[in-house]
Amino acid sequence: MTSAVEALVAIGAVDPVPWARSQMAFTLASHIILVPLGVSWAFMTLVANYRGIKHHDADALRLAQRWSKYMAVTFAVGAVTGTVLSFEFGLLWPRFMGRWGAAFGVPFGFEGIFFFTEAIFIAIYIFGWRRLRPWAHFWTGVPIWVAGIFGTMSVVAANAWMNAPTGFTLDSSGDVVAVDPVKVIFNDAMPLQAAHMLVAAYLVGGFLIASVYAVAMLRGRQDHYHRTAFVIAFTVATVATPVQMGVGDALARWVYDEQPTKFAAIELVPSTGSDVPETLLGHLDANGQVSGGIPIPGLASWLSDPSTGRSTVVQGLDAVPADTRPTTSEVNVVHLCWDVMVGLGTLLLLLALWYAATWVFRRRMPASRWFLRAAAVSGVLAVVAMEAGWVVTEVGRQPWIVYNLMRVEDAATANTGVWVTSITVGVVYAALAVTTVVVLRGMSRRARRRDEFVEHEGPYSPTVPAADRDEVAL
Amino acid sequence: MSTVVALVLLLAVTAYAVFGGADFGAGFWDLAAGGEERGRRPRALVEQSIGPVWEANHVWLIFIFVVAWSAFPGAYGSIWLTLFVPLTLAALGIVLRGASFAFRKAVAGRRARTVLGAGFAAASVLVPYCMGSVAGGIASGRVPPGGKAGDPVDSWLNPTSVVAGLLAVALVAYLAAVFLVWEARGAGEEDLARYFRRRSVVSAVVVAAVLVVGLLVVRTDARPVFDGLTSQAAPVVIAGALCGAGALVLLVRGAARGARVLAALAVAATVVSWGVAQWPYLLPETLTVADAAAPSGTLTAILVAVGLFVLVVAPGFVLLYVLEQRRLLPDEGVEDAAEARAVPGPG
Repeated sequence: MTSAVEALVAIGAVDPVPWARSQMAFTLASHIILVPLGVSWAFMTLVANYRGIKHHDADALRLAQRWSKYMAVTFAVGAVTGTVLSFEFGLLWPRFMGRWGAAFGVPFGFEGIFFFTEAIFIAIYIFGWRRLRPWAHFWTGVPIWVAGIFGTMSVVAANAWMNAPTGFTLDSSGDVVAVDPVKVIFNDAMPLQAAHMLVAAYLVGGFLIASVYAVAMLRGRQDHYHRTAFVIAFTVATVATPVQMGVGDALARWVYDEQPTKFAAIELVPSTGSDVPETLLGHLDANGQVSGGIPIPGLASWLSDPSTGRSTVVQGLDAVPADTRPTTSEVNVVHLCWDVMVGLGTLLLLLALWYAATWVFRRRMPASRWFLRAAAVSGVLAVVAMEAGWVVTEVGRQPWIVYNLMRVEDAATANTGVWVTSITVGVVYAALAVTTVVVLRGMSRRARRRDEFVEHEGPYSPTVPAADRDEVAL
Repeated sequence: MSTVVALVLLLAVTAYAVFGGADFGAGFWDLAAGGEERGRRPRALVEQSIGPVWEANHVWLIFIFVVAWSAFPGAYGSIWLTLFVPLTLAALGIVLRGASFAFRKAVAGRRARTVLGAGFAAASVLVPYCMGSVAGGIASGRVPPGGKAGDPVDSWLNPTSVVAGLLAVALVAYLAAVFLVWEARGAGEEDLARYFRRRSVVSAVVVAAVLVVGLLVVRTDARPVFDGLTSQAAPVVIAGALCGAGALVLLVRGAARGARVLAALAVAATVVSWGVAQWPYLLPETLTVADAAAPSGTLTAILVAVGLFVLVVAPGFVLLYVLEQRRLLPDEGVEDAAEARAVPGPG
């Protein structure tokens, strides 16, 4: 009996580190899809709401109401997956939290405030459609938008701190003995990383929502309601895309200066030198040499610092010992993801320029079906670009969890049963994803059917006597 | 300063127990409401009463985590290394609960609603039990200090943990029943008010019984906490008992409003008495709050965040509750589903 138990324990005892890494990666990759919706959808909803009230646009108002309901579902799922992440800090990385919690934990204290604010006002906004007065109701939505912005900045500040750990003093045994919270939050990586994620939220959210309405318009639903939805979302994405190019470029230069090893992985540079080519695709072979791909001579050097042009020196991977830089396969992942992010970003920029040019010259959105087809896939492409960018940041930092201070394997739990939770989480999340999509589609289908068969009773409609409405003193 | 932060942590745990607890308890009554037809009206009341607020209440937990991992990182690491089983189960329960509740409101099909409803209700019982057993593991000194792992099984399968888990389930069920009496009365459903009044009286008796058993268990299994409860925490214990008894009297007399306040205070007193009883220890008898505390810079940052929290979040929270209590936040999602049910076809 005991030997059976021991055998079972032996089978169950699996190295937790790879499982912890993949579980964290998987749950973060899932959560990050919901982030843009939480952050930018509130803004788009408010735009529709504003338009609806200001210009007596019933369609825009109906749109805002519907969006807020869908947003409630994605926000709830986002809150759940976000809560799982906060559990995982303890479950998967107890040694990381134990040693660095005093510094790393600080930004989350502020994030909590914004998340709380968001949750409260989202509840008021969603449930307040019928019985609050129009403008009062509109203003209950504004804190959702503001809290989303600051919440994103706080969370990214924590991640940026892992890239640029500052604001603490260590004693001789390596324990944190003093913390400067301001320096922790406003670490060197924070401003650009936060800006990059925030703009990404608007870019991805805009393309994602617009793509749903592009599909609807391709199916012939070209009415005012669908056009309003498309124009609001796609305009947000169009403004965000060129801004993102600039922010991304600045961030890449920051990485060049502060995380040269990550930069070498991004640009696929095995050894230090000048006149480094920008290699499109390609990979490092078993000997650590560049293989395949299309090299553009000198471009990586030139982009790293245009003032010195092609003579800019780029530090190679071999400048640091092998055990303090990403493995060859990790380098290949980083480089491929970088190409995917930049490539897709460029395609999306072209699409945004098409849209902007048509507005400027013709005062309307592009009428071409090819534009709508491109817009229909833009949402998925934007999500892929964002995921790829996030992989670049995270895998590019390997093997460190706290850059140059703590390795991932020293941070992970020693609990050998992690593989069980990892598989469970995978199954639950798959179910969660399927249900979310099914539920959102069901809501949208029902809403459409109602529009066709039932006289719709819009928001702010006097379903209660006027006297009753007046008691709402906000 | 570590004392102030510990107080903040204790208040956050208390707030989670009261506000979040009421939501979990509502899930318990959903589970216990019986067959589909018989349980329809109680379930509808549960859904309506926690709809707008459940999300906000949930955030208390995250607040607790954040304060704990920033202010007491070493102890935080120990707790998670030791108690990963109940904490994993709690996380799973929270995912199931949150997702199925949100989806249940958004789907129209009857079978889908039943399945999601069952997921919601079962998870509502699982989570408080796990949280209670974690508290029991900490209180009975089974979490070692210094970022080390304690016994992965005994730390939560022990007399104190079991009794604390049961107590947590009983407390949230009791609290929710009292709240639901008030909700039912507000909605003008006198028979439902009676329904939940019966249940709140019964659960009050159950809570009292579990508390008595719990004290006996703690006396042998977690002696330091028992000593604390009978000395420095005695005033809190007595105040809690008085609140509980007062709530019972008001319930029997039909004064739902006062009963609600007293019941919440009684639950709060239960949590606070635990915290006071094990003072000055964070992990009883091995790690004091002062020794566990992070550097002062971190503690200052947390207190600044708490100050901002009071300035920013508290007004919003009050606004939400006021609007909810004045019934200005009617449930939109359910209405949608109801309309869809009226239209024949799939869904």
